[in-house]
Amino acid sequence: MKKLIALALALVLALSLVACGSTAPAADDAANSEATAAPDAAAEGDAAEGDATASDGKVWVIATDTVFKPFEYTDESGNFVGIDVDILAAIAEDQGFEYELKSLGWDGAIAACQSGQADGMIAGASITEDRIASGWTFSDGYYTATQTMTVAENSDIAGFEDLEGKTVAVKIGTQGASYAESLKDEYGFTIQSFEDSPTMYQAVLGGQCVACFEDTPIMQASIKDGGLALKVLENTANEGGDYGFAIFSENSQELLDMFNAGLANIKANGTYDEILAKYLG
Amino acid sequence: MIRIITTYGGLLLTAMGQTLLLALCGLFFACILGLIFGLLSVLKNRACNIISIIFVDAIRGVPMIVLAFYIYFGMPALFNGLMGYNAVTLTALQAGTICLSLNCGAYMAEIIRAGIQSVDKGQMEAARSLGLPYWKAMYRVVLPQAIRTMIPSIINQFIITLKDTSILSVIGFPELVNTAKNVVANSFKIFEVWTLVALMYLVVITVLSRVAKILERRLNRGRE
Repeated sequence: MKKLIALALALVLALSLVACGSTAPAADDAANSEATAAPDAAAEGDAAEGDATASDGKVWVIATDTVFKPFEYTDESGNFVGIDVDILAAIAEDQGFEYELKSLGWDGAIAACQSGQADGMIAGASITEDRIASGWTFSDGYYTATQTMTVAENSDIAGFEDLEGKTVAVKIGTQGASYAESLKDEYGFTIQSFEDSPTMYQAVLGGQCVACFEDTPIMQASIKDGGLALKVLENTANEGGDYGFAIFSENSQELLDMFNAGLANIKANGTYDEILAKYLG
Repeated sequence: MIRIITTYGGLLLTAMGQTLLLALCGLFFACILGLIFGLLSVLKNRACNIISIIFVDAIRGVPMIVLAFYIYFGMPALFNGLMGYNAVTLTALQAGTICLSLNCGAYMAEIIRAGIQSVDKGQMEAARSLGLPYWKAMYRVVLPQAIRTMIPSIINQFIITLKDTSILSVIGFPELVNTAKNVVANSFKIFEVWTLVALMYLVVITVLSRVAKILERRLNRGRE
């Protein structure tokens, strides 16, 4: 009897596992088919009306990070602002599309695009080969910056040569992290990854790490705003990299095209420079 | 999925190793702390009991993530304020070990206290009346019986602690979750990476649970 019960329990467990396993892909399929259905319907409607704009009335869902200062963050008065937020708003106005910005966090934004719950993401994401190889498509770069090494104000580290055997701090998913990664074998240092900038800065201020890698303008703005006892080593800059707007599904190609066209326009009419000046001073 | 495994598999396995290393270090010291504070709480000495209560309440009352930030960033800052820049620095492994052993130690102390108190007090009285000194009676008579009762809870606590190492990703210790976040950021393949991570934890913890079960059976031999 005991054996029978045990067997029955095991069976129920196994079945529920199978059920869990199969519902996930099924849900994905549903999401995908919905996503594909929408543009089709729009296309049919257009054909009937002979309208030129393809995305009439469609609200694009765009995912972003929660805090990635100064690309997106909540300001003192509780407004969600940042370079990404303003650039997206300017482009949407220029191209005349509607969107809903969802602040899901870095991992959440990636997941939302992959599962079809969001059409694209703008979260200060670097355009890298690795991400493109994983099936993502990026817009033209909307922000280019060099990355530099920053050390404590009273530190005697002057360059990469002094890093031998030391630990440096980086922020997960940033260009600075990739830059440090590309140098670590040559100069023999270890990398410790933190989830946000304040923690990374604290690690350098507190002496747990000897240096951190960050975008030069962001680092300079943070040092100025926060009165941090850190200094940027100008001679450690790399050639720089681009941040791009990213999509995962090909159904968002239209959105990406509008983004690129709008980006070119706001760069041409000066809005772009105004936005950068506003946040980076 | 295949690409993730071939590209990042080695990295994730190394991270699993780091997770196990951290868990082992943490558990080792947690057992010592747990035993000390567990015994302090059953001693017939008011001061000892109070020390133990303060320790357990203080640690249980603070979430481990807060404890982690406090130990990794706060403690050196405190000492550096007194003794100058870089006087004391903790590596992430040291801070992680302290954090895990404090956290797990507080729960272990409670498990050990409960285990000892579950042994009928007649056992201690009988041992003492036969002329055994207190510590010998505790060590020879009470603890062996108490340990049998404690084992399932202790194993449970070990597994919880193994999983709690993931919280220490916030102080940048390169354990499995921290590394997985990096891999997600690099590859932008969130479901594949976390599925892989879940499977890795599942395998390790299942194996450990089996081993623990065998151990439990051994210790219980002769009881039924």
